[in-house]
Amino acid sequence: MLKELFEFDRPGYYGPYGGTFIPEILKTTLDELVLAFQEAQADPSFWRQYVDVMQSYSCRPTPVTPLENLTKLLGGAKIYCKREDLNHTGAHKANNVMGQGLLVKRMGKPRVIAETGAGQHGVATATMAARFGLECTVYMGEVDVERQRPNVFWMEQLGAEVIPVTDGTATLKDAINQANRDWAATMESTHYVLGTVCGPHPFPQMVSYFQSIIGQESYEQMKKITGRLPDHIYACVGGGSNASGIFLPFLDAQQVELVGVEAGGKGIDSGLHAARLQGGTPGVAQGYKTYFLQDDEGQMIETHSVAAGLDYIGVGPILSYLHDQKRVRFESAVDEEVIDAAKLLIRKEGIIPALESSHALAAVIREAPKMKQDEIILVNLSGRGDKDIFNIAEAIGDEKWNQFLKKKVENL
Amino acid sequence: MNLTNYIRERLQQKQILLMTHVVVGYPSLDDNWTMLEMMQQSGVDLVELQMPFTEPSADGPLFVKANQQALKNGIRRDDYFEFMRKATAAFDFKILMMGYYNPVFVMGHHEFCRELHKNESCGFILPDLPVEEFGDLFEYSRQYELSPILVCAPTNTPERLRQVLAHGSGFLYCAARKGVTGTKTTLDQSQDGFISRCREISDLPLALGFGLSEAADIQQLHGKVEIAIVGSALLHSWQENGPQGYQHHLAGLAESCA
Repeated sequence: MLKELFEFDRPGYYGPYGGTFIPEILKTTLDELVLAFQEAQADPSFWRQYVDVMQSYSCRPTPVTPLENLTKLLGGAKIYCKREDLNHTGAHKANNVMGQGLLVKRMGKPRVIAETGAGQHGVATATMAARFGLECTVYMGEVDVERQRPNVFWMEQLGAEVIPVTDGTATLKDAINQANRDWAATMESTHYVLGTVCGPHPFPQMVSYFQSIIGQESYEQMKKITGRLPDHIYACVGGGSNASGIFLPFLDAQQVELVGVEAGGKGIDSGLHAARLQGGTPGVAQGYKTYFLQDDEGQMIETHSVAAGLDYIGVGPILSYLHDQKRVRFESAVDEEVIDAAKLLIRKEGIIPALESSHALAAVIREAPKMKQDEIILVNLSGRGDKDIFNIAEAIGDEKWNQFLKKKVENL
Repeated sequence: MNLTNYIRERLQQKQILLMTHVVVGYPSLDDNWTMLEMMQQSGVDLVELQMPFTEPSADGPLFVKANQQALKNGIRRDDYFEFMRKATAAFDFKILMMGYYNPVFVMGHHEFCRELHKNESCGFILPDLPVEEFGDLFEYSRQYELSPILVCAPTNTPERLRQVLAHGSGFLYCAARKGVTGTKTTLDQSQDGFISRCREISDLPLALGFGLSEAADIQQLHGKVEIAIVGSALLHSWQENGPQGYQHHLAGLAESCA
């Protein structure tokens, strides 16, 4: 199935999803990018170089940790987690940006731009740009700038220019539109480091390619640790890059159930969520065809999630295809159970998960107790939660933290 | 009369035609109507009616806000087509639908073309739909006598230009430069090469747009292209100087076409 996935008649299509829906002005640039990516893929030294960089700069391979306390508490399947939170900059985003960074070096462009939701991809891109000596501009929805100030601080320290986007809903999708507008004017000198498996071809394929290092490592690690492949793999799905990364290398192992967990927000019935594969319909926007959260006239609707990184209208076209093929099962988790899941992991395992990743955990916590004890779950812990300190503290309602903030403000 | 013939005929009376733009629902349908009346008075030849969309990714800040505000004003698909129907009935200029692909995709290609035909639009411009994704839109366009207007860009390779232009109809929309709508374009020799590349490949009339704002811009295009497109600059005038400023601006543009 994995091989066929990239061999549809029309390049960049996955069943009816994907494609390249862009203004004509960017056509040549995307064609050049497809070519540069194909050349890099065909060059065996490129992947080796990528793995080396990830090892020396981003702590790869990241470990697989057995969650023994959580397993005992839930009393069902044995739970393991892939520690993408231990990447440099604290999330799987590093994989994609370092890969694209190496490609930018090959293409010889001096500037990169990026969109960011939670800020993880922005920070990762800014880090890569600093390391590779590239100029960097990051577009970020104004709402997200407010939610994720610490990441904005670090991007600026890393030398990136952060531009708040006030259009539309002032979140991730609007940041993507703005990055596209920049790119349409600057493509000769600039590469757009798209942060997820969305957008026009070749981004879904290219980002999946770099992120598949997660699944490749996990495949070997699980065999080594447990003697076999896991029965279930869980990953949260915003655009879908960490999920694609861990799922794809297991695609042909039909015995492994793949579970994507979208943002249920305040509940699917409330309309305030980002569960595209439960409330969405096929559409075309932001350069590609996929399931979008839109109204019956094709206008995008407002999404909601406690996790900025999942708060997005679309989902990777590869995942839409795998959803239709029923190869990936999609679930959602609501804000409240996500916060509870984060708290539980912090308390029981001493691991602080990102709120995005906590969606996958929430589904595991819900489903693991119903499984047999000899079943094995692997959950992708896509990022660490330090960045969410303000949101988690607010959700927990920690009085001492509030006092600390008040004092800080008073002392300004 | 088909669109190309209409253009050729109008060209017998003036040096260059003028195509202008309205985001339907912004500032309001009433204001839009006033704009169209002024366009009629000034002798505008073609008008793009933009169907508002939540993700106008090829537009600059002014049109982005206009799209957003139009939707906030409650403009829905029916309002859009109703406005189109009234406008085509009332005015002499030809009217084209302009907008992003998703509302068309969701509506269905057949239904979309039927609506345009019913409301007497002469064609459509979908800037985020590349030629290879048109599918049966070409077929339905023929059936309903619509001209799908294709956009080509100065960054296009000669092969790509040929590929795009092979499917052209009505006229060709040539984007004068990189970037999005609304930023001022300095016309210089850099456009000439692009225009002559298009001219070599296609017999269709050429329209140049993106960043044209003043009468002087249009004068410079005499003898180079058949149609000058002015969009954001006019809306900017409306915002800055009200209906009178708009009319004044429009009159100046129209004069420079003579």
